[in-house]
Amino acid sequence: MSIEVGGKTLETDEEGYLVNLADWTEDVANVIAQAENVEMSENHWEVVNFLRDYYNEYQIAPAVRVLTKAIGKKLGPDKGNSKYLYELFPYGPAKQACKIAGLPKPTGCV
Amino acid sequence: MGAPDVQAPPLKAYPVIPILQADAMAGSRPYVAAEKLNEAIGFPGKLVDGWQAKAVAKLGELRDRYRSLRVFLDACVHCGACTDKCHFFLGTGDPKNMPVARQELVRKVYRRYFTFAGKHFPKLVGAEDLTESVLEDWYRYFNQCSECRRCSVYCPYGIDTAEITMAAKEVMDSIGMGQKYTNEIIGKVHKIGNNLGLPGPALLDTLQTLEEEVKEETGQDVRFPLDEPGAEVLVVTPSADFFAEPHVFSLIGYAKVFHAAGIRWTLSSHASEAGNFGLFIGNYDQTRRIAMRVREAALELGVKRVVVGECGHAWRVAYSFWNTLIGPFDFLDARHPVPQHVCELTYDLIRRGAITLERERNDRRVVTFHDSCNVARASGMGGIPRGQFILPRAIVRAACTRFHDMAPETIHENTFCCGGGGGLLTDELVELRVKGALPRMEALKAVVDEHGVNFMATICAICKAQFAKVLPYYKFDMGMVGGVHQLVGDAIVLGRND
Ligand code: SF4
Ligand code: SF4
Repeated sequence: MSIEVGGKTLETDEEGYLVNLADWTEDVANVIAQAENVEMSENHWEVVNFLRDYYNEYQIAPAVRVLTKAIGKKLGPDKGNSKYLYELFPYGPAKQACKIAGLPKPTGCV
Repeated sequence: MGAPDVQAPPLKAYPVIPILQADAMAGSRPYVAAEKLNEAIGFPGKLVDGWQAKAVAKLGELRDRYRSLRVFLDACVHCGACTDKCHFFLGTGDPKNMPVARQELVRKVYRRYFTFAGKHFPKLVGAEDLTESVLEDWYRYFNQCSECRRCSVYCPYGIDTAEITMAAKEVMDSIGMGQKYTNEIIGKVHKIGNNLGLPGPALLDTLQTLEEEVKEETGQDVRFPLDEPGAEVLVVTPSADFFAEPHVFSLIGYAKVFHAAGIRWTLSSHASEAGNFGLFIGNYDQTRRIAMRVREAALELGVKRVVVGECGHAWRVAYSFWNTLIGPFDFLDARHPVPQHVCELTYDLIRRGAITLERERNDRRVVTFHDSCNVARASGMGGIPRGQFILPRAIVRAACTRFHDMAPETIHENTFCCGGGGGLLTDELVELRVKGALPRMEALKAVVDEHGVNFMATICAICKAQFAKVLPYYKFDMGMVGGVHQLVGDAIVLGRND
């Protein structure tokens, strides 16, 4: 499978996650988000950027408590919880936000 | 892909045998594993040349190796007692999801190649060649069985469809028809140490975050130790407990229990996963290799006890198979159960008064308990008959004031699967998962309506993830599901360790 962004064809897996992390750009994120019916606001970008930074350091997306803590610090304590993250990414902050951030899907019993 | 457009079946007041809908779920098919995923764990990458003969030979090999499989294939008298016992049949109406029909997919091939009548008069005895379309049926319908074993409870011969499903998956893996979700995860366990692919440094960072958070909440130095030699207890738990909600609340619960009881414990980055998907694909070597990490970690850290966290199939593997797979455990302290379930540990501490729970702290909750299949039908607890039903409920009752069981035909050994077990907890199977949850959702609805239940406790990571996903399809809040140790963690008195 693949997606088209700015005239380029980028390879994805069966579920639409980018195969090559290096293919990711903000435009790519916007295209994926659109397909997911997510309209990217500044707060969405905070989450996506945090995910990417964390992934660069640890080769995995952050655990939900790590993420909520970081987002709470950045956007205020009322936003540092998974309920808020679900408002941003209704299909699950881990999976949907990872897809938009160009990261692989978390696997396992989650 | 946003939320898939899946319609949940309407909830009925009591289960009704559905009207048959032939091929209703013929389109349900999980992704086949890519070549490199299969090869990474020692299976052929893709469908091999001459797959038919190889599959038949493999089936023969399994029949000879597992006596039970042979008995199950030979013994069915088609009495029909199992037909309406499967949640996937009840939820989908697809006749191929009747347990006996699922078994027939293998049995008709078995008859064709391994019985006299089937070899010579196949039509007369319903024997069939293993054609491409039969193989397709295998792939689709053995990936619509969560290996929950409910059907076996009602079968007069105790025929266990789960074992036939596992055999079929083993045959398919051996010819290159592996399933992506399970095989990718098994690869990650070997490579990184857990199903999630959470590397050691990320695990450490996560646990430190949890220490800080619990400190902020409680003012106590509750620890989440990793790789600490000399600890008394090694805890192996599903990696989802580190990563996701509601799972993490139970991990916090375990940590608080150890803190309050003053027991030194540790997690291991080498064995940072209790789950064992080798079981789901019926592969002995994988099951053994995955389990072996626990023995290695226990020896390396020099612990005296191994405690298994809230994971249903992990407890089955630990309780029923560890001793033969990775034993003997003569290096562990024989005064405690080997292995020990975290519910056994907590139950014992409550009984001895070594920890104190204030049930009023859970007063906002009206609780029910969902028995997870592998715990209910394939394990025990506490060294007492039916302990696997008694202990978790006793803990829940000690942790909250209001508890109501669901209908008797849906709990204990009759429990209905969450709909996500056996390696089906993947997004492309959401329709199946939603429909398979129907019987459990009906039973839940009854106690919600009658008693105002607003929390369903369970001791399995798959159940938690599956319910969190499917509850909203039935108009329930996803936060209704959580762990037994989530309740314990909220009720436990800390900092009064006298
Ligand atoms: S083991 Fe469970 S899922 Fe499989 S056929 Fe039996 S009842 Fe259905
Ligand atoms: S209940 Fe047992 S014997 Fe009867 S049809 Fe089902 S598997 Fe066969």
